[in-house]
Formats: sequence, C-alpha cells, structure tokens
Amino acid sequence: MGVRISVKQPDRAELATLGVARPAGAAEADVPDAAPLMRIRPARGRARLHLGELWSYRELLYFLAWRDVKVRYKQATLGVAWVILQPILTVTLFTILFGRLLKAPSEGVPYAVFVFAALLPWQLFATALNQSGNSLVVNQQLITKVYFPRILLPVASVLAGLIDFGVAFLVLLVLLFYYGIVPSAAVALLPLFLLAALGTGLAAGLWLSALNARYRDVQHLLPFLTQFWFFATPIAYSSTLVPESWRTVLGLNPMAGVAEGFRWALLGQELTVGPLILVSVGLSTALLVGGLLYFLRMETTFADVV
Amino acid sequence: MSTVAIRVQGLGKHYRLGHQQPYDTLRDALTSIARTRLASLRQATGAVEPGQSTKEAIWALRDVSFSVEQGEVVGIIGRNGAGKSTLLKVLSRITLPTEGEVDIRGRVKSLLEVGTGFHHELTGLENIYLSGAILGMRKKEIDRKLDEIVAFAEVDRFIDTPVKRYSSGMQVRLAFAVAAHLEPEVLLVDEVLAVGDARFQRKCLAKMEDVGQHGRTVLFVSHNTAAITRLCPRAVLLDEGRVVQDGPSHEVVGVYLRSDLGTRAAREWPDPDTAPGDEVVRLCAVRVRGADGEISDALDIRHPIRIEMEYEVLRPGEVLVPNLHFTNEEGVYVFVAADFHDPEWRGRRRQPGRYVSTATIPQNFLAEGGILVGAAITSFNPDTVHLYEREAVAFHVLDSLEGDAARGEFAGQMPGVVRPLLPWTTELVREGGPS
Repeated sequence: MGVRISVKQPDRAELATLGVARPAGAAEADVPDAAPLMRIRPARGRARLHLGELWSYRELLYFLAWRDVKVRYKQATLGVAWVILQPILTVTLFTILFGRLLKAPSEGVPYAVFVFAALLPWQLFATALNQSGNSLVVNQQLITKVYFPRILLPVASVLAGLIDFGVAFLVLLVLLFYYGIVPSAAVALLPLFLLAALGTGLAAGLWLSALNARYRDVQHLLPFLTQFWFFATPIAYSSTLVPESWRTVLGLNPMAGVAEGFRWALLGQELTVGPLILVSVGLSTALLVGGLLYFLRMETTFADVV
Repeated sequence: MSTVAIRVQGLGKHYRLGHQQPYDTLRDALTSIARTRLASLRQATGAVEPGQSTKEAIWALRDVSFSVEQGEVVGIIGRNGAGKSTLLKVLSRITLPTEGEVDIRGRVKSLLEVGTGFHHELTGLENIYLSGAILGMRKKEIDRKLDEIVAFAEVDRFIDTPVKRYSSGMQVRLAFAVAAHLEPEVLLVDEVLAVGDARFQRKCLAKMEDVGQHGRTVLFVSHNTAAITRLCPRAVLLDEGRVVQDGPSHEVVGVYLRSDLGTRAAREWPDPDTAPGDEVVRLCAVRVRGADGEISDALDIRHPIRIEMEYEVLRPGEVLVPNLHFTNEEGVYVFVAADFHDPEWRGRRRQPGRYVSTATIPQNFLAEGGILVGAAITSFNPDTVHLYEREAVAFHVLDSLEGDAARGEFAGQMPGVVRPLLPWTTELVREGGPS
C-alpha cells in the first residue's frame, strides 16, 4: 500500500476556532422524519401538470419575469420611456396612413383611439409570442444546469409583458379622457379579453418555444409570423369591412376576437361582432390546452435537445 | 439509525449522437464535433452508409446502482466522458433516465456550474436574488443570508455595480458565495472548483467540508483526486457509464490512479519507435514513488517523494544530464532540477545501456495540490536536448491536518507554491510592559 493518505477532517470545534466560514445558526440540517421522497423514473405515459409543484416555484416565476423586465430596459438610454413611445409612434403612423390618407372607417370614434384600443392587446400578444417563443433557447444555459418546471420560462416571458401593457393602458385612458369617450357597462368584460390576449400569447408561446428548442428554424419564422398575424387581425381596420357572412370566419384568428373585444369594452359602441368573439375565445382556449399538452410532453427532453 | 438518502437502481441514460449531444464541457463538445466530422468523412468516402452515423447511440450511463446513506459524503470520479456529469444531471432531474430508477429522500439542490442564472446586466445584489431563486432558495432565506453572502464573496463595495464590470474572479466569488449558502438535505456538486483562484478554491473546499459535516448528504464529482480523498470518505469510480469500483475513497482513488483511467503516477514507453528521444538516448519510463517505494500519485506532504527516470543510452560518448520540470495546477513553474552533482556520473561519458536516475524531493517542501512533471535529458557543449516529455507524470501532494506538518492545526487556506516546515525560535528579550 502507498503512503498513508490523510483523510482526517478537522472536527467542528476546530473549524469554528480557526474561523473557517460557517454560518452562525446553521446548525444541523434539519431532516424531518418525513423528508419528501422524490422518485425519478424514465418518461412514460401521459404528461401531467403538477400544480402543487408549480405553486412551490411561484417565487422563481416572479424572479424570472422581474429579470426579463429589468434587463429589457437596463441598457436603453430612454429606459421605460420606450413603453410609452412605442404605441404612440405606431398609432401616429397608422392615424396618418390609414386614418387620414386611406380614410379607413373607425366606427364613429376618432381613428387614433380606434387603433390604440386594439393595438394595446396586440402588443401584449406580440411581445408574449416573441419573448416566450424564444424563452427556452435564450435560457438554454439554465435548462441544462438546473431543474425547475420548464413552463415557468414561457409563462414568465408572457407576464413580463404586462408591465408594458399597464403603462400603455394609462396612455389610452388619457386619450379616452381627452376625446371624452365613456366606456359602456361592457368594460366589466375587459379583464376577460385581457385574459384571452394573455392566453393566446401563452398558447402560441408554448407551441413555438417547444418547437424552437428542437428546430431552430422557428426563431427565423417568428418575425414573419408576427407581421402576418398583425395584418390578419382587425387592428388598423374594422372587422365590419369584411362581408357579414365571412366575419365569423375571421374569428378563427383568436386575436380578432380580442381586438374587437377590447374596442367594444372600451369605446362604448354597440356589439356588432358577437359570434366572432365567441369563436375566437373558444379557439384560443383550444390552442392553449393543446400547447400545454405539447409542451409538457416535450418538457422532459428539453435539456437533451436544446 | 441510518436511512438511505439516495437509492440508484439499474440506472441507464441513452443518447443518440448526431441528433442530440450531451455537451458537458468544451472538451466534450470538441471531441463530439471531431467524432461527427469523422463520421461524415467516412460517410462521404462511402465507408458508412448514409444515415447510419446520425443514428449512432451511446449509453452515457448503464446499469448504475448504488445507494448513499443520509449524511454520507461520496465522491464520484472517472475520466472525461465516464458519465459523471450525466449521473448528476439525472439525479438533479435535469434530464430523465432511459431506464432504471432513483429515489431521493430530502430536498435536493444541485450545483452543476458556478453562476447558473447570472445576468451580466444586473447588479451584484440583483444577481444574488436571481441566482439564489434559480438554485432553489426562498426570498426570505436570501434576505436573511444576504450580508453573509456578500461578505463571503468579498465584493461588498461593488454590490450595486452590474456584474459585467466585475473581474472574472469577482464573478466567480459572488456566484459561489450564493451557492455555498444553500442548505439542502441532499447536495449534488459537479466540478465547480475548477474555476477561480487557488485561494478562493481552498475557501470553498473548507466551506464544503463544512457542509459535509452538517448531516447533509453530498455527492461530489471531481477530477481532483486529492480533493476527493480529503472531502469524501467514500468514492465511486465510473468508467464508460458503469460503476467500476465503490468503497473507501483512498482505495478507489488508488484503483483509479493505478489503472490507465486517471492521471498517471507512472508512465512507460515500451515501444522504441514512439518513445521520446533521439539516436543518443531514449526514454523508457518515468515513475513517482512514495516513501515506501510504492508507485503513488497521492503523496503525503510529510514524506519524501521520489521521481524516477528510466532511459536507454544508445550511442556512447555523451555526458548526459537528466532533468525534471515541476509545474503546479495553476501553471506556475515551481522549479527545475537537473543532475549536475552525482559524484559517480558527473562529467563522465555514458556507455550504452539502461539507466535509472532518481531525484528525491524532500518532505515538507511542495505545497498541497497537483504537480505536473516534465522529464528531459540534455547534454552540453553543444547544448542538445535529447528528449523532453512535458507531461510525463503527475501527482498530488496531500497536506496533513494532524498538526505535524507546516500548516500545524490550521485548517484554512495557506497560499504559496512551497510549504516548508521551518525551524522557528522565539525569545523573550525583555519582561514587563512598554518602557
């Protein structure tokens, strides 16, 4: 046998007197008798959403969303001012282009307000789609080094967009006040439409992020998809431009219902596109459930493929 | 009464190469790229049917079974690609196994990388919260430990500065400080000490020894066999995804070092064609021996270390000077030793034949840590380097905590590349208070 190897470790009293870092008050790790048992088995059967586990990770969800918000404006000189500037510039452009030059009908309200009311949920959706669609790829360092429910990443990206939405919403309120527009009782349904916008954004984000993890082509597709989807949504125009018999078909785009819903809830007009909204919300729900199932099925492989 | 904290039964993890690659380190990534290139080359030359290379599959782990008692500290050793990192990834649920099962009792935290979740745009303080949350700490817990974390990291003045302005050393210190304050019941640690300066590494080792003594179960992956023997009473040796040896760490480390899996305490060049050398002299072997003459690469600081060079002189008439070059883990050139003084061979021309030259490094000389030995044979007038094998052998110096070495009973970090045991004298030259 070789030289005796010293495997003696200093005992605790020794360490303490020598001033080796040891947190005060961190005595024995308290292992309760009923310590949680974690079972790791090969993937099989149906993917399930572990709500209890998700709840225990709520703080991490908050920190991830907080990081996304913080980082986005950290290096910008104008910082949070961008949140206000972006919608104002877009609305100004649209008002000149469509409102003045093309004279698009705006249902009796000033065109700027007409566009802004629909642009608001659209921007929330577009940010959600892009940020959450890229969330797994951007965070691949995390995915391969630490465990947490992967769904936190796309969800955090969607939630981070709410800050921008909140600020832009205040701008809209100022605009409504300026033009003296009073919402009808339908405004009570606004949270529902907000939820639909978030849900649709999350649905798209879940599908796209899971696909993006495996097929990087998705990240090149995202800008086109967003642009295409924007023009397929009645934001710069009213869905009443579409012949009545086709209007419900427009609802196959879940964002059409959200855009029209926002206008209806905020601008105090009569409801002309009820079926469209219903189709949209239904479809959005289906898309979300499908996205969730797909994401959970792929979740266990992300660390291997991303 | 002891309870099982980790039970691993028949664990296997299967990867398809070319399609999904377990990149653990840059080195893994590069070899994997090389392998893929080679495969596509073979494919192009028609040696392999198209499509075959992309379906190449490997078992990163196979039939791995062991269990760890609660409170045990177990080291996992093995060369690159042996499956160490994959094992930790499966245990920490980052990736699912292909077969087998694992049961872990207690809250698990894993530390597979220093600085997981750090964002360079955020300040030190913000990163402490973000990284802490990602590693599984509650916000309240971070609030409570904040001062301690900042003090451990030694970055208090820069806590509100974005970490992108930190030096890499500061980033590592801050990242490790967060990780060092985790209080899990089961801790899984990958080779995270490979970064940072030597002083901070020692501080982290001390902190981890500390963790191991709080009744926590620790699984510790490392290439550093000295750290394994020091931190872990028990070790598991993996090779090609399978458990080769499981037992007391000094025995397992011994098996690892004696096999051709580890760093080498002895190296031989049996084939004259590939051996370092020229037409004058050829290297046959270099060996590291402990005080008892056994080949060993883990050597107690309190005993002499013998480095032996065996070589074959082919052409007569040269005055040969064997010399050895010692470099530590941080790449510091510790010293060079050349045989100018042996009274028998000094200035004497060599006859053909086989020679063994041995240099003895005195006890209490090299500081603890890894040492890489280069072996060379030179002759002068004209100056000729007949052979120089830069990484001939390697060994670890292990410091003793038994009080009779230079560090005495001090368990903290001791800087320096040498650690001599000096004679000290102290005299009382005047009694009483200041005059």
